[in-house]
Amino acid sequence: MNRIAPSPAIDDLDRRIVKATQSGLPLVPRPYHALAETLGVTPEQIMDRMRRLLAKGIIRRIGAVPNHYRLGYTANGMSVWDVDDAAVAETGAAMGQLDFVSHCYHRPRQLPIWPYNLFAMVHGRSREEVEAKVKKIAALLGDREDGHDILYSTRILKKTGLRLVD
Amino acid sequence: MDRATTETKLINGYQHEFPLVPRPFQRIGESLGMDEDEVLALLRDLQDRGALARIGAVVSPRTIGTSTLAAMTVPPDRLEDVAALVSAFPEVNHNYEREHDINLWFVVAAPSENDVATVLHNIERRTGLEVIGLPMLDSYHIDLGFRLPCG
Repeated sequence: MNRIAPSPAIDDLDRRIVKATQSGLPLVPRPYHALAETLGVTPEQIMDRMRRLLAKGIIRRIGAVPNHYRLGYTANGMSVWDVDDAAVAETGAAMGQLDFVSHCYHRPRQLPIWPYNLFAMVHGRSREEVEAKVKKIAALLGDREDGHDILYSTRILKKTGLRLVD
Repeated sequence: MDRATTETKLINGYQHEFPLVPRPFQRIGESLGMDEDEVLALLRDLQDRGALARIGAVVSPRTIGTSTLAAMTVPPDRLEDVAALVSAFPEVNHNYEREHDINLWFVVAAPSENDVATVLHNIERRTGLEVIGLPMLDSYHIDLGFRLPCG
């Protein structure tokens, strides 16, 4: 389980680096030098700060961010589960370990319209593939769930990645 | 190594530990037996084709500022307009139509809880529709990226 601490202290330079890198590193031979020039600091400062932000968990990873849809993973199913609150941590931890679950979050119910408290993103090339994977989750949960559903996305209306805004 | 294999290796191998060295693409090239220029050209091509969104930092949710998943039940004949209104907020960074009565799902990220609440409230006021907030309470999976099957 990975409970995320609220806003650890980061300074202005950290914030500027995150803002400058979140839409992507420039595809040039010396990307950190290019960033350094834009931000008026040294490339070593950029690399040191990014290393520290990674160590602190503020940056989760640095690397290639693929586009699932363009790679043929077009059946993006958000599986949602109604799980006893007392069992949610244990159940979520088990679901999060499945290799086909890309994100697994505990969220509040919004009764009466929304009864589900556990969300697991399941990617597949087809709905059949997603449904087969969701069946595996259901088998794993057994009687710990009181119902589930799969919400397929039919359109991406906006996607920019998590961004800082002022 | 054929091109497709090289692309898979690039995308699978560098989702997590992109080198923090002065010439990262040269470093990647060394491990794949390619020149720096070839690595850059391949990445630019993957980006042009849309297979690669970007090379960059993925920020953990709620470490800088805060965010929430939110959802709305929008009458189908209003979906285009409401979706456009929601997407126009700079604080909204994902907005999906999903097959469900609750058919519009988006993520709002802002510096504080208060700012997030203000955005949700403004969307309700401007659409006359209820917005449900579903903030993350716990995360059970550290995003290690997305592994492509080989072959």
